[in-house]
Amino acid sequence: MYGRDVPPAPPSAISLRGVVKRYGDVTAVAGLDLEVPAGTCVGLLGPNGAGKSTTMRLLTAQALADEGTIEILGHRLPGDSKAARAEMGVVPQLDNLDVTLTVEQNLLVFTHLYRVPRAERRAAIDRALDIANLRDRRTARVDELSGGMRRRLLIARALVHEPRLILLDEPTVGLDPQVRQELWALIDRLRSEGASILMSTHYIEEAERLADTVVVMAKGRAVAKGRPSDLVAEHAGSEALEVYGPPARLREVETAAHAEGWATRRTGTSVTILRAEVLDGAAPVGERRVANLEDVFVLLTGEEVV
Amino acid sequence: MAVAEPRRPRRLDRPALTGVLVREVVNFGSYWRSSTFSSTVEPTIYLLAFGFGFGSLVSKVNGLDYVQFVGTGTVATAVLFSSVFPAMFGTFVKREFQRTYDAILAAPVDTEELVTGEALWIAARAGTYGCVPMLVAMVFGLDPAWGMLAVPFVAFLAGFGWACFGVLISAVMKSIDNFSYVTSTVITPLFLVAGTFFPISNLPEWAQVLANINPLYHCVQLVRDAVFGFALVDLWHLGFLLAFGLVAWRVAIARMERRLIV
Repeated sequence: MYGRDVPPAPPSAISLRGVVKRYGDVTAVAGLDLEVPAGTCVGLLGPNGAGKSTTMRLLTAQALADEGTIEILGHRLPGDSKAARAEMGVVPQLDNLDVTLTVEQNLLVFTHLYRVPRAERRAAIDRALDIANLRDRRTARVDELSGGMRRRLLIARALVHEPRLILLDEPTVGLDPQVRQELWALIDRLRSEGASILMSTHYIEEAERLADTVVVMAKGRAVAKGRPSDLVAEHAGSEALEVYGPPARLREVETAAHAEGWATRRTGTSVTILRAEVLDGAAPVGERRVANLEDVFVLLTGEEVV
Repeated sequence: MAVAEPRRPRRLDRPALTGVLVREVVNFGSYWRSSTFSSTVEPTIYLLAFGFGFGSLVSKVNGLDYVQFVGTGTVATAVLFSSVFPAMFGTFVKREFQRTYDAILAAPVDTEELVTGEALWIAARAGTYGCVPMLVAMVFGLDPAWGMLAVPFVAFLAGFGWACFGVLISAVMKSIDNFSYVTSTVITPLFLVAGTFFPISNLPEWAQVLANINPLYHCVQLVRDAVFGFALVDLWHLGFLLAFGLVAWRVAIARMERRLIV
């Protein structure tokens, strides 16, 4: 049954092998392997300084790798980067819209930069306006828009040429929760329409909700990858035990747990003992809860979530 | 659905240049008033101040009425001001503060096309603004001549070189505050020793040598000869401006690439 009926594996939208990027003495990306299968959304999750933004710059050839190979939609970088860039849309972390132009003018400029044929420009702009839900603001200047509208426009701007691959660099950083959820709905829609997506984020919930696969990055490397639920099961078990108390008590609990060989993490006001489902009577008194991706993140990256 | 395999994009390909230019032209719609004002009023003030102030002391220079001498000379001033400064400040702001170049380079546009597109657009503006002092001088008695039709092209060529020079400065400088060093030590001297307001033949020899490696001087001479009659020596002036543009263009691209692709 193998080899006959199984279709060939779909080509990867993005494939990185052993990629290294150094800046002087600092190694920003230290041997990264990364795969984005076509039609899936991969979340690149890591603390600040893990190398997520450098990875994003490598994918657009705005940074050049010192070692390793990068292939995007079948194009080998950096030589064929321009062809790759023509087929992908990039949503930057920093808002770089032209603020004195209107919403429509911003989109028009990008239909030219992304080589949308003249006859299709009108329709491409209208479609982008619909995606961003900005049809009634088309003649508004960007500096008159709210933060959420600007971010939606920033995403729509990257989609005027209907890219097969979308890069989202921290798409909701610095936005209030309501706007964030609005953007999640937008990104989810893109995903369901079949685009391949690579999204970097340091928001756990964002990765959990949107990504088919999460790659946890720390110190320039991929330290874990898998479906969010699998990662939790593999690294944090099914339950966690939160023990609350004054700082002295927390230190005491930590020491005792480490003596027993239990994995713990600090959560500011509490100590969390992971894999609480296998704890016996020796466990301290605390609140049991379901293990989550945040536990994995902290365990693997050694960083607290802010 | 049969889709032809798209050609691999070439270097300096037209869609990329068009994209950069369209962005500039659309943006120009929101700042053309201030830009046009500063690029034309300033050289016109120089023209009037020198033409009438200094012109009351000297009536003729090299056989020309002083107003005619300055009116043709300040074409080069207008070209310089409307190209080197927008190039320096504009590209620095778009790179460091507005992050515009991050967005452009994420599209199928390379640094080479980005720099070339920016310089071509600035050169086109300089070619237009450069004619303003000449038109003002015509109001004050400069006679029309067929050679004047060549002036926009000379202004475009010189403007392209100065734009690339400005991009180069912006690519090399760490901070926008450092621009004043370049303005004081390079641009102001070049602006003064160019034969705009007084002929360089009266200067000491070292200054004359300096003037001969000053692109602005060659621009001044070429514009003056376009208005009052070309001579063989203009091939030298033209050749110098072409070489200046070519060298500044390539060096600007190389330095900008080092700054943008890290």
